[in-house]
Amino acid sequence: MAGIKIIKQNADRETYEALAEICPFDAFSYENDVLEVTAACKMCKMCLKNGPKGVLILEEAEKVAIDKSLYKGITVYVDHIEGKIHPVTLELIGKARELAKVTNHPVYALFMGTNITKQAKKLLTYGVDKVFVYDKPELKHFVIEPYANVFEDFIEKIKPSAILVGATNVGRSLAPRVAARYRTGLTADCTILDMKENTDLIQIRPAYGGNIMAQIVTENTRPQFCTVRYKVFTAPEPMLNPVGVVEIMEIGAKKLISSIEVIEVIKKEKGIDLSDAETIVAVGRGVKCQKDLEMIHDFAEKIGAIVACTRPGIEAGWFDAKLQIGLSGRTVKPKLIIALGISGAVQFTAGMQNSEYIIAINSDPKAPIFNVAHCGMVGDLYEILPELLELIKDQDTSEVPEINEAPERMAV
Amino acid sequence: MKILVCVKQVPGTANVEIDPETGVMIRDGVESKMNPYDLYALETAFRLKEQLGGTITALSMGPMQSKEVLLESFYMGADKGYLLSDRKFGGADVVATSYTLAQGAKKIGDCDLIICGKQTTDGDTAQVGPEMAEFLGIPHVTNVIKILVADDKGITLQMNMEESLEIQRVPYPCLITVDKDIYTPRLPSYKRKLSISENPEITVLTLKDMYDTDETNYGLSGSPTQVERIFPPENNVEKISFVGDSKTLANDLFGILSEKKYLG
Repeated sequence: MAGIKIIKQNADRETYEALAEICPFDAFSYENDVLEVTAACKMCKMCLKNGPKGVLILEEAEKVAIDKSLYKGITVYVDHIEGKIHPVTLELIGKARELAKVTNHPVYALFMGTNITKQAKKLLTYGVDKVFVYDKPELKHFVIEPYANVFEDFIEKIKPSAILVGATNVGRSLAPRVAARYRTGLTADCTILDMKENTDLIQIRPAYGGNIMAQIVTENTRPQFCTVRYKVFTAPEPMLNPVGVVEIMEIGAKKLISSIEVIEVIKKEKGIDLSDAETIVAVGRGVKCQKDLEMIHDFAEKIGAIVACTRPGIEAGWFDAKLQIGLSGRTVKPKLIIALGISGAVQFTAGMQNSEYIIAINSDPKAPIFNVAHCGMVGDLYEILPELLELIKDQDTSEVPEINEAPERMAV
Repeated sequence: MKILVCVKQVPGTANVEIDPETGVMIRDGVESKMNPYDLYALETAFRLKEQLGGTITALSMGPMQSKEVLLESFYMGADKGYLLSDRKFGGADVVATSYTLAQGAKKIGDCDLIICGKQTTDGDTAQVGPEMAEFLGIPHVTNVIKILVADDKGITLQMNMEESLEIQRVPYPCLITVDKDIYTPRLPSYKRKLSISENPEITVLTLKDMYDTDETNYGLSGSPTQVERIFPPENNVEKISFVGDSKTLANDLFGILSEKKYLG
C-alpha cells in the first residue's frame, strides 16, 4: 500500500524535530535513534511538501497483501459506565469464543476506566483468556481523546486480529475513531458474525434501510472492527474455574491528556424518552380503569419495558403526553412492543408498525392490530397477565444473581 | 465563527438497486431527499450563527444531483455550499467517505466547528462523523442533545448516553454529531429561495482539487471493507397466532419472552 517511507541514513533527531513540527497528526516517533512514521499518519503529505528533503519518499506500491499471521486474538471492548459492565460485553465475549475456535486464537478483553481492576476479574468467568486493564484516574469519564489513545496503545502492543465493540453510544463514538486511526474496516450493527480460516471476520448486517443484507469483510487491513447491538448475541454461562488472567497495562501520561473537560455527569431519569425505548408495553381501551395499570407496570418492569399508551390513555389523564404512540404522539421502533387491549387503528399503528417484533393481545379476533402483529393472541389480558406474572414470579425465586449485582466476593 | 455542516442526499424510498457485478449500490434514478438527521445539524448551525455571527458552509459528497441538498441548505439559511463529486469517490465505505469529507474540509479551509447529523437513514452507521474528526485530528463528541454554552472559544454541551448525560466543554476546532430533537428544524424559506435561485454559490471539488490526489485513498480502492455478497433478508417474521385458554396463552407468552431474552 502507498505510504510514507523513511530513508533511514538521512534521518536524525533534527529531522525528526522538523517533521514533528509540521505533522498535524503527531505521527512521527523517534526512539532509540530511529525515526518512524506511526499509525497516526493520515497521509496528508504535509511532511513531503514542507519537510526536510531527502528523508521521506512516497511509496506508491500496489496493494501488498498484509501478513495476517502477525495479528492474533479476538478482542472485546468492555463497555461500562464507572465500572458497571454493560451486558452487551458478555454477549460479545460469548461470540468471540465461538469465532476464536475457528482460528484457534485467544479471546481478549480491553477494559479501560478508573477503579475497574476488581471488575476485570469477573470477566474471566465468562471465558476470556486475558483481560487487559488500563486503570487510570484520567479515564473516569468517557472522553474521546484519551480513550482512543488507550485503544491505540493496546493495538500497538497486542496486535489483535479482530475487535468487537458494543453498539452503545460510547462504542459508536470510540470504534470509528480508532478504526479511522488505523484506516481499517469497521462494520456497524452486525447481526451475524462468523470467521474464515484465514482470520477474516465475516460480518453480516442489514444494509440500505433493512431490505438487503450485506456480507462484509475487511480483507487487507488489521485489526478488523465491528459493532454489535445489545441483545443480538447470547451471554455465556459463567465458569466455575476460569483459567484466564488479568494484565495491568501502563500508558504514557501524555496520551491521557484531553482538550475536552468533563464538567458534570447527570444520571438520567429512567424511561422518559419513548423513542429511544427498546422495549415497550402499550395499552389501549382494553384497560378498563387506572388501577389496572399497576399490573401492567408490574409486568413491564419484569421485562425492562416502558409503558406507553394510545390516545384514550392521554385523554383520560392516565399518562403524560410524551408517552403516547401514534401519529399524534411519538413514532417508535423498539425491538419489542406488546400491545395490550389495543384495537389497532391506523392512527396508532402508523407510529409503531416498524417495530422489530410486535405481540398483540386482544379479545376481539377481528381487531386490526392482528394485521401488523408478528404474534397475535386472542384472549383476555385480565386473565393472561396475572397468569404470566405468576410464571415470572416462580422463575425469579430460582434466579442466580447477575454480574452487576453480585456482591463484592472476589478476592483481590 | 465558521461552521461546516455535512449533509447527505439519501434515497427517498427503501427500494434500492444493487449492481450485481461490483456489489455497489446504484443510486441514479431513485427519488431522493436530504438525510432527515442533517436537518438537525443545519438547525444547530443556524442557532449558533444567530448568537455568534459568522458563516455556515454546507458540505456534501456524492453525484452531481446531490447539489439539491446543498440548495435546500441554502434555502434554510446556509451561506455557502461545497460538493465533493468525482467518479473516483464512488463506492466508498465509511473510511473512504470520511477521508474524502475530511480532505474536502481541509480544502475549504479553517473552520471552528463541524456539525454532522447523528447518522444517515441509508447507511445507518453513525460512524462518518467520528472518523472524519480523526482524519482531521480534532476532538469530537457524538449524540449531542443540547448546547448549553457557545462562545468564541468553544462549546459546552450534553452528550446523550444510555443512562446519563455527560456535560463536556470542548474547545474549537471540533466536530459534533447532533441527536434529533436538539432543535426543531426550520422550513426552507421561500424568500431565500427567490433571492438565491439566480446565483447559488456551490463549488464542486474533484479529486484533483484535493491536497491528497492519490486515488487509491478514495472510493472503492480506498475502502478497507469489501462487500462480498448481498442477499435478501429472511422473509418478514412469520405471523404466528396463538389460541387457547388464558393459561395456555400465558405459557406461550412466557416462552416467547424467555426465548427473546426478556425474561430469565
